[in-house]
Amino acid sequence: MGEVIVVTSGKGGVGKTTTSANLGTGLAASGHKVVLVDTDIGLRNLDVVLGLENRIVYDIVDVTSGNCRLRQALIKDKRYENMFLLPAAQTKDKTAVNPEQMKQLAQELKAEFEYAVIDCPAGIEQGFRNAIAGADRAVVVTTPEVSAVRDADRIIGLLEAAELYSPKLIINRIRPRMVKRGDMMDINDILDILAIDLLGVVPEDESIVVSTNRGEPAVLDHNSQAGEAYRRITKRIRGEEVPLMDLDVPQGLFDKLKRLVGRR
Amino acid sequence: MLDFISRILGRENTSSKNVAKERLRLVLVHDRASISPHMLNSLREDIIKVISHYMEIDESTMEVNLSQDDRDVALVVNIPVTKLRRDYADKGQGIQG
Repeated sequence: MGEVIVVTSGKGGVGKTTTSANLGTGLAASGHKVVLVDTDIGLRNLDVVLGLENRIVYDIVDVTSGNCRLRQALIKDKRYENMFLLPAAQTKDKTAVNPEQMKQLAQELKAEFEYAVIDCPAGIEQGFRNAIAGADRAVVVTTPEVSAVRDADRIIGLLEAAELYSPKLIINRIRPRMVKRGDMMDINDILDILAIDLLGVVPEDESIVVSTNRGEPAVLDHNSQAGEAYRRITKRIRGEEVPLMDLDVPQGLFDKLKRLVGRR
Repeated sequence: MLDFISRILGRENTSSKNVAKERLRLVLVHDRASISPHMLNSLREDIIKVISHYMEIDESTMEVNLSQDDRDVALVVNIPVTKLRRDYADKGQGIQG
């Protein structure tokens, strides 16, 4: 029996879809049989992030409403044959699926896959309730900004109300330079406020834009810092203990001088 | 040393991260304490029911509010009492809702 993991955040634009794509691809790259589910009905995007947008025939609403069988709607990934995408519908809205149907779908997916990664839409309405309905555990994505952390706090409350206890936190787009200057909240500030366990920290990285442009998840790019962060997150999801990435800012001339003078 | 200089220049206290943290802390106190108007209303009705066993109150000017200062939330209820009768005092002990 597999496991259903929902990736959620409350606020839009913090990196849910990127996280889902990288987490799913990372798990597939380590040999697991994985399905990625896009539940953002009307605003589907996981397909383009994965570079699979040209292969869609059926979607999640076709499956839940009985228009086709699950197997017909699953799109096989280009890179890994043990990874599949169940795309969102683009022309319908979030009420086209209900939480009961999602629970049933989750059961079907668990029978077939080791991991089902569910990309949740922004917001706290029906799309969110659908996405979490069949989940076994939850990952909350936030960025080091007041608005994103506030929404994460709300989401954590709603997850716990729905009996999805102890969600894990991913802090996305952290900028070590700004943290060092004191102009961005650091990991401990955010953990202090939200009081949940940390799953990983992903630095702001231009390579994410490039990988999204190409439709190739950064987790496969061994030169990408964010990719390295996602590889570590993948390992932690699988239960391995991995230290946090070293996000220290490269030393500037001034630091080097200080060290030379021996004043540290 | 750079830290030291910036501390002298007074940058440490106004670093925007601390501002963000403080604002978040305040806004979350409010968010986490948010109670729906519906719930506040049924709380109000229950309070009226209980208090009425003991004294006559003016329901129209009664106030029920959640108030908060920096980190604490308090339920503040202001109930004007219109009458305190002798028989209320005598009955007081035995009355149950």
